[in-house]
Amino acid sequence: MPADPGLVERAWSLADLAFYGLAALSVGCGLYAALSRNIVRSVFSLLGTFLGVAGLYACLAADFVAVVQLLVYVGGILVLMLFAVMLTSRIEVASRSNRYPGLPSTALGLLLGAGAAVMLVALALLAPWAPAEAPLPYAPTTVELGRILLTRGLLPFELLGLVLLAVVIGAVVIARREEGGR
Amino acid sequence: MESLVQHLSARWSLGPWGQELLAAAAILLVAALVFVVALTYAGIITWVERRVAGRTQSRVGPNRVGPFGFLQWLADGAKMILKEDVIPAQADGPMFRLAPYACMLGVFTAFVSVPFGQLLIAADLNVGILFLLAITSLVVVGVLMAGWASNNKWSLLGGVRSAAQIVSYELPAGLAVLVVVLGAGSLSMQDIVRAQGGAPWNWFVFRDPFCLVAFFLYFTAAVAEGNRTPFDLPEAESELVAGYNTEYSGIRFGGFFLGEFANIYLLSAIATSLFLGGWQVPGVSPAEQAGSVWLQLLGFAIFFAKAWALVFVVVWLRWTLPRLRVDQLMGLCYRYLIPLAFACLLGTSLLLLAVVPGSALDLGLRLGTTGLGALGGALFAWRVAHHIRRAGDRVSLDVLQRGARGAFDPAWQTRRYGAFRKAARGQEER
Repeated sequence: MPADPGLVERAWSLADLAFYGLAALSVGCGLYAALSRNIVRSVFSLLGTFLGVAGLYACLAADFVAVVQLLVYVGGILVLMLFAVMLTSRIEVASRSNRYPGLPSTALGLLLGAGAAVMLVALALLAPWAPAEAPLPYAPTTVELGRILLTRGLLPFELLGLVLLAVVIGAVVIARREEGGR
Repeated sequence: MESLVQHLSARWSLGPWGQELLAAAAILLVAALVFVVALTYAGIITWVERRVAGRTQSRVGPNRVGPFGFLQWLADGAKMILKEDVIPAQADGPMFRLAPYACMLGVFTAFVSVPFGQLLIAADLNVGILFLLAITSLVVVGVLMAGWASNNKWSLLGGVRSAAQIVSYELPAGLAVLVVVLGAGSLSMQDIVRAQGGAPWNWFVFRDPFCLVAFFLYFTAAVAEGNRTPFDLPEAESELVAGYNTEYSGIRFGGFFLGEFANIYLLSAIATSLFLGGWQVPGVSPAEQAGSVWLQLLGFAIFFAKAWALVFVVVWLRWTLPRLRVDQLMGLCYRYLIPLAFACLLGTSLLLLAVVPGSALDLGLRLGTTGLGALGGALFAWRVAHHIRRAGDRVSLDVLQRGARGAFDPAWQTRRYGAFRKAARGQEER
């Protein structure tokens, strides 16, 4: 693999250590979530993954995205998954929650995973990254994000709002009991 | 801070790695300082809670360790550390051990972006208030972890109740915060404080009637998120033994407890910064305050006083109000608080468009809302005084003072008790 001419040689710093530590935390916890026989523990180990990814965003000077990662994934999605897992009966029995799916399914899953990994690595290596002369300053990103959301990204933003509204109404309709029903 | 690190590294002629390590050590030092402050506050609040509880229920409360029993929290801490750390045989060991840390992490990490003073903040994040809302959601995960890992039905029910409650009440709290963010135009805690003034009519709480409502919405929702009475269903003693921490003992139980009490200070500090002007000194601009050490200290004292007054209110609520039922709890949140919060958001947005900042209308609105708030406060005080008069303060509280002086005399107390009984009997005969 040829060395990227855009990359500047520089010494390792604590920021690099933090980056690799957080990356290891995310990947390690993700592996535990995939391989654990106890599905409740799998969900809890996702906490480490989400925290690690939030830390990675913070390392990349994306403060707003990091905090939203915490707010949405830890405060919302993880809690939702925990509820779903905990309210299912006898979920901790591995033969029910983590049944061995058979050789063809396992092989297919491994193949898909390997394919996705190859694609991501290829993308990372082939993408024309802008050369960075100096580390980016930790500038606030909220103002610019807000401006883009309300100008160039307004239509997708409003459409997403509409989709969420439809989801909320759908959830209410599904969860609602008929008048006079039990 | 940064300049200090640069100065020291130049003086000790450190290489790049030395500089990095020095910076890391400085960060760790600040983090440790914040942690110690939060722990101390949490400990002191346990004492305040028990003293206020004693006073409210006409009993003594802790009064042996130190003056007015003030050092009781240290004694309790030592006791908790020395106690056996019991882990039930059927529990999920690693998760059982981890859960208190998740709870504590959620609360204590939040203290880094609390503006104790103009210069007294560990990290003035650009997304400060959002960070505060986000990091406290770790508590939910900790509570669920404790509830599940204990392998006990009370714990699990308490944990699930608590998580449902916190997730629900995050909505009105977040919307109420948004009302303030609209007015300040920033998510940074320091910018929000700077956008206010020292005098009450320059605080966000009295900026317009919608903000006044938003303050109460935030406070109610935050008390509910902290699992405090009247919203303490997750640990309702009469139903769930102690909820998610039933199986915990020793310092792990202490971890949950400290997190909960630190959370009381946290919610009071956030409410103070967002709505009550934070560290602003009346009549002094932030630029003037930055130049003077005494004004800095005064600003810190003002913040301290306001935050502790709110802590007292939270404790007072606990010993005054009965607990809500589960359906009432959710009904309150989804039927009243959330629609009200949306109305406030809309109202404030419209007012921001209509009223020019600094105009006569703006000032009139501020003064009018302040008057409204003062009137409400006066009315409340008058009703409280009325009820105290009507009920009669039958129990003499000088027992407390005797105990505080150290001259505690059990025989004297027994005589007092006899007098009460005689009086009670006399009433019955009548």
